[in-house]
Amino acid sequence: MFFWSLVLIAVGIFSSFIYGRSRIKLNSKKQGTKSKSLPNYYAQYVLMWCLFPALIVYFSWAIFQEQIIQNIVISNFEFIEGAVYNEGLLLAEIRNVANNPSFADGKSIEIINAASHYSSLRQISQISFYTSIIIIMLLGALYASQKLKPEFHAQHTIEKYIQYVLIFCSSVAIFTTIGIVFSLIFESLRFFAEVSIFEFLFSTEWYPFIPIREGQTAAEGSFGAVPIFAGTFLVMVVAMCVAVPLGLLTAIYLAEYASQRVRKIVKPLLEILAGIPTIVYGFFAFVSVAPFVKAFGQSIGIDASPTSALAAGMVMGVMIIPFISSLSDDVINSVPQSLREASLGIGANKAETIKKVILPAALPGIVGAFLLAISRAIGETMIVVVAAGTAPNLTGNPFENVTTVTVQIVVALIGDQEFDNPRTLSAFALGLVLFVITLFLNIIALQIVKRYRERYE
Amino acid sequence: MNNSIAKEKIISLRKKRSLEDMRFKYYGFTAMCLSLAVLVFLLYTIFSKGYTAFQKTIVLLEVDYNQEVLKLTPDSSDEDMEKGKFFRVKKQAIENFFPDLSKSDIKLVKKLFSINVDKEIKDYFLDNPEVINTKQQIWVTAHSDVDQLLKGNSRRDVPEDRRKLNDIQLSYVDQLVEENRVKQVFNNFFFTKADSRHPEIAGVAGSFMGSLFTLFTVFILSFPIAIGASVYLEEFAPKNRITELIEVNISNLAAVPSIVFGLLGLGVLLNVFGLPRSTPLVGGSVLALMTLPTIIIACRASLKAVPPSIKEGALAVGATKTQAVFHHVVPLALPGTLTGTIIGLAQALGETAPLIMIGMIAFIPNIPTGLTEPSAALPVQIYLWVESAERGFQEKSAAAIMVILIFLFMMNAIAVFLRNRFERKW
Repeated sequence: MFFWSLVLIAVGIFSSFIYGRSRIKLNSKKQGTKSKSLPNYYAQYVLMWCLFPALIVYFSWAIFQEQIIQNIVISNFEFIEGAVYNEGLLLAEIRNVANNPSFADGKSIEIINAASHYSSLRQISQISFYTSIIIIMLLGALYASQKLKPEFHAQHTIEKYIQYVLIFCSSVAIFTTIGIVFSLIFESLRFFAEVSIFEFLFSTEWYPFIPIREGQTAAEGSFGAVPIFAGTFLVMVVAMCVAVPLGLLTAIYLAEYASQRVRKIVKPLLEILAGIPTIVYGFFAFVSVAPFVKAFGQSIGIDASPTSALAAGMVMGVMIIPFISSLSDDVINSVPQSLREASLGIGANKAETIKKVILPAALPGIVGAFLLAISRAIGETMIVVVAAGTAPNLTGNPFENVTTVTVQIVVALIGDQEFDNPRTLSAFALGLVLFVITLFLNIIALQIVKRYRERYE
Repeated sequence: MNNSIAKEKIISLRKKRSLEDMRFKYYGFTAMCLSLAVLVFLLYTIFSKGYTAFQKTIVLLEVDYNQEVLKLTPDSSDEDMEKGKFFRVKKQAIENFFPDLSKSDIKLVKKLFSINVDKEIKDYFLDNPEVINTKQQIWVTAHSDVDQLLKGNSRRDVPEDRRKLNDIQLSYVDQLVEENRVKQVFNNFFFTKADSRHPEIAGVAGSFMGSLFTLFTVFILSFPIAIGASVYLEEFAPKNRITELIEVNISNLAAVPSIVFGLLGLGVLLNVFGLPRSTPLVGGSVLALMTLPTIIIACRASLKAVPPSIKEGALAVGATKTQAVFHHVVPLALPGTLTGTIIGLAQALGETAPLIMIGMIAFIPNIPTGLTEPSAALPVQIYLWVESAERGFQEKSAAAIMVILIFLFMMNAIAVFLRNRFERKW
């Protein structure tokens, strides 16, 4: 349905363009004056007045049609006294019957009635959708065509409209942030209405029991997120233990020792490492590293879990290596050459220059890179979903199974997503924590890096 | 005397210092080699686990297309043919697969064949209706357990109760191998079929199409918006609070974890706007919002790279600012913006977590044909297969990783090609 309406809109704007062009030529010939702008600008003016109202209609239909229809269907549904209905399931059933008449066998009469009501509403909606698009495009063209006079400055108006469009495009970033903040806070508030915020932040028991059906829980769940935060922290520490030495030393080698040729080969290879999807790292952790960690643990007499923090953390560290090395590489390269020369000039060798002069000078930038890496590690999902556990465990032993914030978000939202229980809503509270922490780390890191850059520019 | 001692001290100190220097260099070199070794090991793991998925095992089965068993006649219409009793033919074929099978053995033998065999027997007949009342030797797909055993992915030496195939079944498989009634061929199912509960007939076609539709949505949404935003910020934006706010927003969004964008999709696109779940439309919208900062940053860099003299030249001959930007600066920056967009798309292709949040993790056994149909995506498919307990899915997940890596490699190659071919040095 929506594809053909796009074709309709395309035809509409094409003909409006042609119409605008010929109309202004005709008008200026009639008046015997030259138009203020080139004919194409008048054509664009008509086009915009056709396109934007049509797009507004299009998107409002796309967004609201289904909801409005469903509301009408539900409000007219003949509920039987005493029976319990689940609105989501009911709607799915009605839709199924409406889309696929063969499903109607054995369904109750109310559902079949509602399904036919649903399909008739859909038909009405489609017809009114097409008519309203055509009408609104005609109205737009009509309004615009009144302005098609030679003395009208079409170009100025067009350029003003283009500015509006550009401003809208750049404010998408703001809308996105607002959307994230509002959806997280709104759902989190619903969560904290049922679970106290102190329990969430400071209790160490995380047993989110899933309610069996509405108003009936198997047992009181408890939502103390401390073990989850601790698990996230543990995995992050393991990851940084792998990534910081390897990444930083690689960056130092590439920036200070490596020849141009080696740099040319190694940098793209590291970029490959950075471009590999995280699920691939998850597979790698699951298939290769976790069995290795388990075997290693057994060889030194520790009973390692198959989903240990160590395996997930190590692979996550590998994922972060290129991130740290490329950021540190930039930072080291931006240390002024004069510092290097002065140090070498008074007789220090390369290692001493690096350790005593370059690294201290680059330290703020490198710390910024580490903070960004930490925020990456905390927010990383797929590696831990595949390679770390799902059961919360308050431990400092990396051979044991731990769970992380991102894993718990995925676990809470996989499968049935009814928003009426704290289990599902907990995902948003955890997401809020994650968002706040990563945002905080990023702001600090960017501030440090910025100040560092200013120092040497 | 004193002097020579001092000299010796200095020489030994210098030696120590240069040793230290060597050692430090060596550390750096080792770190670099270790990182690259991990990359090689990772690629090796994927290849060694996955290459077997491109082959499947087929078994020679003698099928008797008897018209009485089929309940068809040679001049039945096409519609009647469709309704032939092919399962009875299959049952008979399996009963006669080995001579003198007992009832319990027939059950065991049946488990050596894929569930798809019914359809293969039927399709063979529908393609060649003249075979009615003849015996035909047909190669049909073997069950995943047989397949894994012959590929060496599942081991024989584990105790019987922990194996998928018991000792009797193993002896049958060995007999088949001896009689050359089993062989391995190219696995066309992997590229033509969607997901399935049965590893031997599961493929990436469905999730591949889902990924394509998702990327299409990402491109349609993010490319124009990114160009608009970067043109505004680079060329028109006044230096004020609002512009600064936008810039801060973009740089912060670039570092927000992808799973949070998934929560945004779930909370706003699905729950508030009621868009259809599990569809490339929603997945693509979420990924578009996620990759937008990356693309905007790349687009701004390529706009910056166009020398100001071009714009000034246009302004000097009387163009308005809008004309100068859109007729001269933007076309020159276009290759760079396209490169940036492709790199953003590559990032979107590998992203898994947001798609799980908006429900693209559902089991979808058919190939999607549109933006608003429920579908899987390649990375989510890999996740589903990795998590699956069934042994046969592990090689499939590695093979799907190969597909996604080749796809990514091609996108990056296109980006590099565009950059080298069209980018101008000023």
